[in-house]
Amino acid sequence: MAQEHFAFVRSHMLPEAPPPAAERGAIKWLRENLFSSAANSLLTVVSLYVVIQIVISAAPWFLNGVWDSPSLTACRDILDGNMGGCFAVLTERWNQLLFGFKYPSELYWRPGLAFILLFVAGAPLLFYKLFPSKMLIFTGLYPFIAYWLIWGGSILVPVFALLGVLLGVYVYKRTVAASAGMAVIAGFVAALIFWILSGFITAPMENVLAIEAVPSRDMGGFMINLMLGVVCVSLSVPFGIVLALGRQSSMPIIKWICVVFIEFIRGVPLITLLFVANVVLAYFLPPGTSFDLILRVIIMITMFASAYIAEVIRGGLAALPRGQYEAADSLGLDYAQAMQLIILPQALKISIPGIVNVAVGLFKDTTLVSVISMFDIVGMIRGPILASAEWNGVYWELFGFAALLFFVTCYGISQYSQWLERQLQTDHR
Amino acid sequence: MTTATDPPKASFQLSQLIYDTRYRSYTFQFIALVLLMLLIGYLGANLVTNLAEQGQNIAFGFLAEPAGYDINQRPIEYDSQSSHLRASFVGVLNTLIVAVLGCLTATLFGVTAGILRLSPNWLVRKLMAGYVEAFRNVPVLIWILIIFTIMTAVLPAPSAFRGDNPDSSMLFGAFAFTNRGIYIPAPIWGGGSIVVVLTFLASIAGVFYYRRYATKLLYDTGKLLPMGWPSLVIFFVPTILIYFIMGQPISLDYPALKGFNFGGGIHIRGSLIALWFALAIYTGAFIAENVRAGIQAVSKGQTEAAASLGLRPRRIMNLVILPQALRVIIPPLISQYLNLTKNSSLAIAVGYMDVTGTLGGITLNQTGRAIECVLLLMLFYLAISLAISAVMNVYNNAIKLKER
Repeated sequence: MAQEHFAFVRSHMLPEAPPPAAERGAIKWLRENLFSSAANSLLTVVSLYVVIQIVISAAPWFLNGVWDSPSLTACRDILDGNMGGCFAVLTERWNQLLFGFKYPSELYWRPGLAFILLFVAGAPLLFYKLFPSKMLIFTGLYPFIAYWLIWGGSILVPVFALLGVLLGVYVYKRTVAASAGMAVIAGFVAALIFWILSGFITAPMENVLAIEAVPSRDMGGFMINLMLGVVCVSLSVPFGIVLALGRQSSMPIIKWICVVFIEFIRGVPLITLLFVANVVLAYFLPPGTSFDLILRVIIMITMFASAYIAEVIRGGLAALPRGQYEAADSLGLDYAQAMQLIILPQALKISIPGIVNVAVGLFKDTTLVSVISMFDIVGMIRGPILASAEWNGVYWELFGFAALLFFVTCYGISQYSQWLERQLQTDHR
Repeated sequence: MTTATDPPKASFQLSQLIYDTRYRSYTFQFIALVLLMLLIGYLGANLVTNLAEQGQNIAFGFLAEPAGYDINQRPIEYDSQSSHLRASFVGVLNTLIVAVLGCLTATLFGVTAGILRLSPNWLVRKLMAGYVEAFRNVPVLIWILIIFTIMTAVLPAPSAFRGDNPDSSMLFGAFAFTNRGIYIPAPIWGGGSIVVVLTFLASIAGVFYYRRYATKLLYDTGKLLPMGWPSLVIFFVPTILIYFIMGQPISLDYPALKGFNFGGGIHIRGSLIALWFALAIYTGAFIAENVRAGIQAVSKGQTEAAASLGLRPRRIMNLVILPQALRVIIPPLISQYLNLTKNSSLAIAVGYMDVTGTLGGITLNQTGRAIECVLLLMLFYLAISLAISAVMNVYNNAIKLKER
């Protein structure tokens, strides 16, 4: 019967079939990312070969590594002709690599403590959303505590230094209403005068509440790199802001002072500035003053970093729409208020990646002090450690360790800056 | 800041110097200038006192005195009897040599890595990211020292090449990698070689001329000439022909063991190689990031617009993406060149005799004229920086988007 001849009608849906094997999961990923074309496949194979070769040749060096031996010859005896790294140099010279070879060993806890406190002090700045803002008080006190821990001596020196800063800030606050630029100079001069005067008090009272003093020339190792990096970056940001604002100023004399300073510093390599710190700066100081080499180096590196940070911040200032300045003016804000409340918060936010780049570059450049015979980590490796009878010839372990320290620090900083950028992003894209 | 104020009603009062915005900037500038003068005067007075105390003066006469030290890499005639000035000049040339070599190699590394970081191949992308991060985050001084260690401590001594069954052998019989440096063949310019060189230069000009002609023809008439293989032909064929017609005037001088060391060929010292490659790889990592950022800065719409016009992928890259990307890439690229040149002053760490090593190193130590030497050194680097910035400004003005 014809009526019983129905066309095919689907009465229930078939279950969904999975995509073909080549279009899903790992195979799809491999096809798309590694073998999308003949050239790509070739590239993959070649890179894979290179990676495998590197792993194969480097693995025994790490796996057979000797972590405990008094000298290179003893280490080679243990290795007995096998390939392997003598990482024992790192364990044996650990303290030298970190603190230099003259820092009193019973006082290692002091820079160690300062290092740990650095994180406590830095945390409320770096992760300001996670920590109560009261911790910022400790951040403000940290430089003075760290100075006292690392250099030792009477506690009066950091206390008076702190009082000088407070006085400078107070003078700035009192005079800022009259003129922002003048207030900066006034605060600066007030602090300077206070410090010079306080020198007369601290000099005869060397032993008040004193802990054992360590002269700067006894410091070395990675400690110096960290000290120079942290001190110079934190000092150069405020200086950089002042220089950038000065360069944007409508007052020609101020503008040209800043332009000449910035362009001069940016035009010469850091090494020449370190030469200045090492051999020239002494000529420009009053006869008989013996200025600490570390202090001289800090001054020069801070000048160097300030010029670069000033340029970064100038970029941030220039990127702000003109309307922001005009809006601040039309609200009746004076220069200092406009800068503090409207311009700088936005400009600094734009400049964060640039500032972090400068900071990372600067931290890497602290190794240059080894050229003027300071024993930072590179100086320690090239000087006392490689020249010693026990470890003459252990290149890779030492340089690799130094490279690793810098890599971890710098990579960490740049990852943090990317995170911060995302945190501060207010436009919805 | 401009603020509208009413015209002064009363006569001028001294307090207006502080409280009136019209005069305040003059007061402020005056104070700043006085402070600056005081500072300079103070430093200058100290300088004079210190110099007088040590019986020294500021004079540049020492530059004419014989230097009395040897320089191992001499691009121009120099011996230990030459003057300090000439020693500094040799140093300047050495700085420029390593800077130019470094910039070329860094561009090569950087552009390759930057483009490969955008490759569709996951493994290549990750490898290049590894290269960039590893080199950007470790001080260049450490890289210089590592490569210098490879050059001096890992490569075999020349004596390893000796004997019937030597430990080491030369690559292609022409390149010797020893711990005293790398020896490569040197060209010997025979009679008539000038003709070959001129032909070569002419054929380079010919390639450019042909390509311009072909482009013009395309724009004028729409007729498309092939670009690729004719360029290659113009580039190679005439030079090779002339070379054989002139009777092979240019030959190579191969390095060979002579006594305790290699002789002949060109000797590239380990210090130069270490400095050159470390700077090139390090700066290359930064250039790679610039290149990647530049290409990514061209919006996707540009690619799509070009594709919808019917351009082929190759043309899209050459005619649409690259011209716009270069505008973003070149300014930071030039400042990387500047950084490389300044970083080349690290030569002093491996004993490469650049201007920091001669003028800022041995000359300074021998004569004790720290102020003069450091001043001249700074002026040299400043001059290079300003020259490069000037070039960059000219370029930036030339390519500035002409809008509105």
